[in-house]
Amino acid sequence: MRKGSQSQNEMLKGTLDMMILRTLVGGDAHGHTIAKVIERTSEDLLEVEQGSLYPALHRLQDRKWVSSYWGASENNRKAKFYRLTAEGRKQLVRETSRWRQMTRAIGLVMGEEGGAQ
Amino acid sequence: MSWFRFLHRRQSDAELQDEMEAFLAEETADNEARGMSPSEARRQAQVKLGNQQKVRESLWVQNSPQPFTMIDREVKYAFRTLSRTPGFSIIAVLIMALCIGAATSLFTIVRSVLLRPLPFRDPGRLVMLYEFHRGAEAGTQDSRYRPVAPGDFYDWREKTNGFEDMAIMRYAGYSLTGEHGELPELVRAATGSWNLFQLLGVQPALGRGFTQSEDQPASTIVMLSWNVFERRFAGDARIVGHQIHLDGKPFTVVGVLPSWFAYPDARIQLWVPYQSDVSTEFLRAHSHHQSKVIARLRRDMGLANALAQVGALQYQLHLQYPHDPVYEDVAPRALNEDLAGNVKKPLRLMLWAVGCMLLIGCLNIANLLVARGAARQKEIAIRNALGAQRAVLIREQLMESVLICGVGGLGGILLSISATRFLARAWKDLPTAQGIHLDSAVIAFACALIFAATLVAGLLPALSTTSKRIMAALQTSARTASSNVSRTALRKSLLTAEIGITVVLLVAAGLLLKSFLRLRASDLGCLTKNVLTLQYNLPDNRFDTPEKLNAFNEALLERVRTIPGVRSVALGNSVPGAGYWGDFSFTVKEHPPLAAGEDLPSGLARWADPGYFTALGIPLVGGRFFASDERGSRSYKVIVSRQLAQQYFAEDNPVGKHLQVPAHPHPKAPGESDYEIVGVVGDTAYHVGQEPKPTIYFPVFEGDQNGLMLAVRTSSDPLQFSVPVQKQIASLDPELPVSDVLTMDQVIGSSLVNASLSATLVLAFAVLSLLLASVGLYGVLSYLTTQRTTELGIRMALGAQRDQLLQLILFDGLRPALFGLGLGLIGSVATTRIFQSMLFGTKPLDPMVLTGVIATLLAVALLACLAPAWRASRLDPMKALRTE
Repeated sequence: MRKGSQSQNEMLKGTLDMMILRTLVGGDAHGHTIAKVIERTSEDLLEVEQGSLYPALHRLQDRKWVSSYWGASENNRKAKFYRLTAEGRKQLVRETSRWRQMTRAIGLVMGEEGGAQ
Repeated sequence: MSWFRFLHRRQSDAELQDEMEAFLAEETADNEARGMSPSEARRQAQVKLGNQQKVRESLWVQNSPQPFTMIDREVKYAFRTLSRTPGFSIIAVLIMALCIGAATSLFTIVRSVLLRPLPFRDPGRLVMLYEFHRGAEAGTQDSRYRPVAPGDFYDWREKTNGFEDMAIMRYAGYSLTGEHGELPELVRAATGSWNLFQLLGVQPALGRGFTQSEDQPASTIVMLSWNVFERRFAGDARIVGHQIHLDGKPFTVVGVLPSWFAYPDARIQLWVPYQSDVSTEFLRAHSHHQSKVIARLRRDMGLANALAQVGALQYQLHLQYPHDPVYEDVAPRALNEDLAGNVKKPLRLMLWAVGCMLLIGCLNIANLLVARGAARQKEIAIRNALGAQRAVLIREQLMESVLICGVGGLGGILLSISATRFLARAWKDLPTAQGIHLDSAVIAFACALIFAATLVAGLLPALSTTSKRIMAALQTSARTASSNVSRTALRKSLLTAEIGITVVLLVAAGLLLKSFLRLRASDLGCLTKNVLTLQYNLPDNRFDTPEKLNAFNEALLERVRTIPGVRSVALGNSVPGAGYWGDFSFTVKEHPPLAAGEDLPSGLARWADPGYFTALGIPLVGGRFFASDERGSRSYKVIVSRQLAQQYFAEDNPVGKHLQVPAHPHPKAPGESDYEIVGVVGDTAYHVGQEPKPTIYFPVFEGDQNGLMLAVRTSSDPLQFSVPVQKQIASLDPELPVSDVLTMDQVIGSSLVNASLSATLVLAFAVLSLLLASVGLYGVLSYLTTQRTTELGIRMALGAQRDQLLQLILFDGLRPALFGLGLGLIGSVATTRIFQSMLFGTKPLDPMVLTGVIATLLAVALLACLAPAWRASRLDPMKALRTE
């Protein structure tokens, strides 16, 4: 927990699933890529803790939102790839709209014009 | 979590490790690209990944079903708690195994004998039909149900249509002689009408069944049981179509019955057509009540309607033959019940007894668990205060009882397999028409029993230890622990219940035992010491005239009398105590004819030689015995028993009067059936424990009895004479099979086997229950005393005498015992009425039994209480005060 503060990390917990799904929209990826993409796109504000990444990936797989297969990584190493399923795509849409409502609501309460975007 | 994940936890863990390894490799490569040294790159990657073990653990938990892991934990916990006190645990498991095992065994027998339908086609529509004598009293062996006469049966079958079909059967016996010099053998057989096997839906395993045209007098075909087919004919299928010799006559084997077929019991070795061994007169007779009738109900007919038809017809027959014993009604009986006959009541009684024992076992375990729970009261209260849910705590407590009952129950089921086998062998009366064995229903029953036992034994303690009063429990110190009144009260009421049930069981066992002893000591009306009996059957093709029969019998009597050590010899068709055999209706020639509708008197029929009564010690009351020259036309004499004389001749002297016995006409003149009474002898019982019946003795030298029983009175151990006597028979006729070589005591003993078995078993259950109850009493009292140590110390310090303390504790323990005793006695009054009819010469409230039970219980309770009370009175007050 070098960069992310306590609060950021807790927020991450609830939204990690959603962010993983979002990351996979761009194409199949393995755990390392997923974590890296999330970190990069959040301009390194968020740090994905591996302790929650892998249980989250397994959870998503149990719910049939992602599927997995073993393949070779870009560096030609054996890695487990995750792919978004049709069901996962639907879930992502649902989660995203809920997230937007939520942030808007919070933004309103916090006095930001037109909510946060 | 999914079951798939759960079952593949290991595999997904391995995958995760691979995945994390891949992550490390990627991150290391990235770091190296950023310019880190390889070792630093690797270190940084590991720092980023964090604790691998933790990731694995969290996934492992995520993949395990929550309740499952909890149960797993609770089982482990309970197991550890139990193994901390191995003595208690082993005893508890043993108690459970014993109780569940006994209950399962008895249920196996009940199910096989009473509940499981017989293995016939559509058994629900099969029913036994009996003639029903409304006037007779309903006793143990309900005497209103009478066997059917063939005349009645053929009328029923022809003139009513409520039943799809009816079949008739009768017991018979043959001597099976060898084809190639094998030993002759007396076999039990049955005769059945041609449609019997079709009606039951039984296909012969080999060959065919009987046909209608073969079912007629003097028919000589036979079907073999699988047993005799395997045993005697080596399972050789070529026997079908060949001849075997029964009573010296050739019979053609037409078929072999399947191996599972053991109806009405497994001892029946052969079947012949119903009509083959009887005369046409017999088939028309309405007075020969010897046969059983099985009927199959029509699909579109109710049993009541079908019975009403047969009943109406039977009533007509009853009116039509006013002087024959044709009974006025017809009654059905289920096949199972018909076979179960007199085992039904003892079976039910034992099931109750074993149920009581099971309940006591459960209460006992509950009691012991309450004690253990009390010791953990504080722990529970703290956990409760820390936020443990009550449900979880209850479940945890229940787990101990689940383990005890589960393991014990499993042991019990295993135990019951051998126990059932033992019971089935020891219990001679049990019907064997279908094997007695465990089946899925029995297993389900045992599981339900285990479940119920778990709840009874576990729920009470669990509820009591996790009660809501956390504060009270937390405040309680050991010093005041004894003030926990409610739990003590719970334990005492459990004890009271245990003792109450034990008393009921003890009373039942005591009554059965006394009844059995009475039965064994009951007087048959004749000598039973040093008497050897044996049976033989003279085949009627070789002994076809009275002269030949008499010649053999006389020669045999003569030879046996000369054996040294033989004091006297009796020859007849039976001896007292050996069974009912048969009866004849009679009228007294000198009396006015009976009014229409009045029942004909009847008497047991016996045959006796002149020396019979002297040899068996049956006293002469009036007249004389038979003379040895009374044979042929001079043999139309009878001797009657005292009871017959008193019942039908009141004031008159019966000697010189005549009895008319139409069912037993003079051998040479079928129309004549007058017999002159020449003597009156003492009464004898035909079965131990049965009241004597009026009896008519015919002279054995009238020469028409083939099946005979020889009784030899000896001066020493009668069994030593069995070989010499059989040698004499073999020297007269080497082909003659001899059977049932038994001493008179054995004959009587075999009819007591069942009474002794039920008495012994119930007694065993009762003693076990007493043991359990006393262990419970001891346990509770020791525990209470330990709890009260400080209090007792204070009392002592304040000047209480040791014997006062002794008294105090003693009364504390005896109070529930006395209370239970009272309740149990009240319970016994209610329950013993149920099996009153099983008792012989013993009243349900036999004072001796009751006193015995009260004394035993008090003595055992006193013993159980004495040890803890003694310990309490020997306390060192200083030590007691210091105990915390």
